[in-house]
Amino acid sequence: MTAASRTLRALIPLALGIAVLLAWEAMVAAYRIPRFVLPAPSAIWQALLADFPSLMGSLWTTLRVTLFAFGLALVSGVALAVVFSQSRIIEMALYPYAVILQVTPVVAIAPLIIIWVGFERINLALLILAWIVAFFPILSSTTLGLRSADHNLIDLFRLHGASTWQILWRLRLPSALPYLLNGMKTSGGLALIGTVVAEYGAGSGTATGLAWRIIEAGNRLQIARMFAALFLLALLGVTIFFALALLEYWALRKWHESAVTKDI
Amino acid sequence: MTAIASLHRIERSFSNGVKALGPLDLNVEDGEFLSLLGPSGCGKSTALRVIAGLLAPTAGTLVWPHGRPRIGFVFQDATLMPWAIVRDNVRLPLDLEHVPRAEANSRAEAALARVGLAGFSSAYPRALSGGMRMRVSIARALVARPKLLLMDEPFAAVDEISRDALNEQLLKLWREDGLTIVFVTHSVHESTFLSTRIVALSPRPGRIASEFRFTAPAERTSDWRMTPDFAAAARQVSIALRSAIANAA
Repeated sequence: MTAASRTLRALIPLALGIAVLLAWEAMVAAYRIPRFVLPAPSAIWQALLADFPSLMGSLWTTLRVTLFAFGLALVSGVALAVVFSQSRIIEMALYPYAVILQVTPVVAIAPLIIIWVGFERINLALLILAWIVAFFPILSSTTLGLRSADHNLIDLFRLHGASTWQILWRLRLPSALPYLLNGMKTSGGLALIGTVVAEYGAGSGTATGLAWRIIEAGNRLQIARMFAALFLLALLGVTIFFALALLEYWALRKWHESAVTKDI
Repeated sequence: MTAIASLHRIERSFSNGVKALGPLDLNVEDGEFLSLLGPSGCGKSTALRVIAGLLAPTAGTLVWPHGRPRIGFVFQDATLMPWAIVRDNVRLPLDLEHVPRAEANSRAEAALARVGLAGFSSAYPRALSGGMRMRVSIARALVARPKLLLMDEPFAAVDEISRDALNEQLLKLWREDGLTIVFVTHSVHESTFLSTRIVALSPRPGRIASEFRFTAPAERTSDWRMTPDFAAAARQVSIALRSAIANAA
């Protein structure tokens, strides 16, 4: 990609965004739409500035749970995938339950987990719920990656007397890296969604994350504040995605086909 | 000639019971350049994997009269680790044997120099051409100083010009190191050029159809490829291979 086309790629969506915001502002003014139906972008911005400290506090709460859940999902997902790659029996025994955990909607499990863990440890309950959602993409992508190691290379390792540990560390894990990094992009977004859904499940007063700000503002018809919280949530999601995409590019840029830029 | 490996009535069947190879009786003689020549699916790669110990025969025995030597293996594809630079790829057999890093690095560099890739040790495999990757693969097979080198159609995916050059380089390495090479190929010309002995295998299940010994000139170069002697030898091999296939059909 040339520098000019890269600039265009950033400018075009930015220009569209600004145009939409301007049209939105003008429509709200022209049709005198009440604030509690659709606030103008300027009103949302004011709400964001006015509530900045409390919104940032909530953002931090949500971010903290998200990052913990993601980290936990990463460690446990990779560890279980490694166990699966070493033992077909354990994989056969556990994989269906991992799938059940994945396909059961987290909103449906949330009340149960929250009751079990207790409202006094609500952040732990949120962590568990977000982990349940974030865990599976890591597990499944890493399991696939560990199994995708070149069979001829495995033969070569065996020919030179490699131990199981050497094959895992020097061959299977590097082969799984592109798969893992891709799974992490999915999992990072899901950790945030899991946290927010769990906060909704926890409901009134106990959770103090961004989801709770949205519920609270909705109950009071403070729609501008609702939009402000929503905006921060979207910003957080995008940031997580880009951070992980950057990590993926940085880790694979030298050798993986997905990161190759062909000049000719 | 003393045998370094003896295959006795070796057979290998697929899991559905269809026989892919054998029974095969074959001695690999010390210092020879032996080509296993045959059409696709005749079990020649299977035979090579059995010798390497990567596949267990379903029947028959493999004997090493003087003990199992160090074995190097070269696959049809270069089979390099894409995440590792060329030097680290070549060093792999030494790393697996816990050779100290400094010694392993200098041996890897020396092996790369021998295949004419001295300046490429810190390149990633994807930056190299197919022929260069194959030379990295050969350097990796040589770095652990094997006695027996097993090659499974190593130049099948390389263009003809590179292939001719690689053939000559391989002969040089074979002579310098006193290697024994078992070379699987489906190319009559390649096996005629390289081998001191050719064993032609019949189609599935692979059995020995005919055998040739060559008293080729010690210095086989591209000039020899142009001589009537070479053409006559290749013709003889070609006819034998054709009748092997016809008899099996």
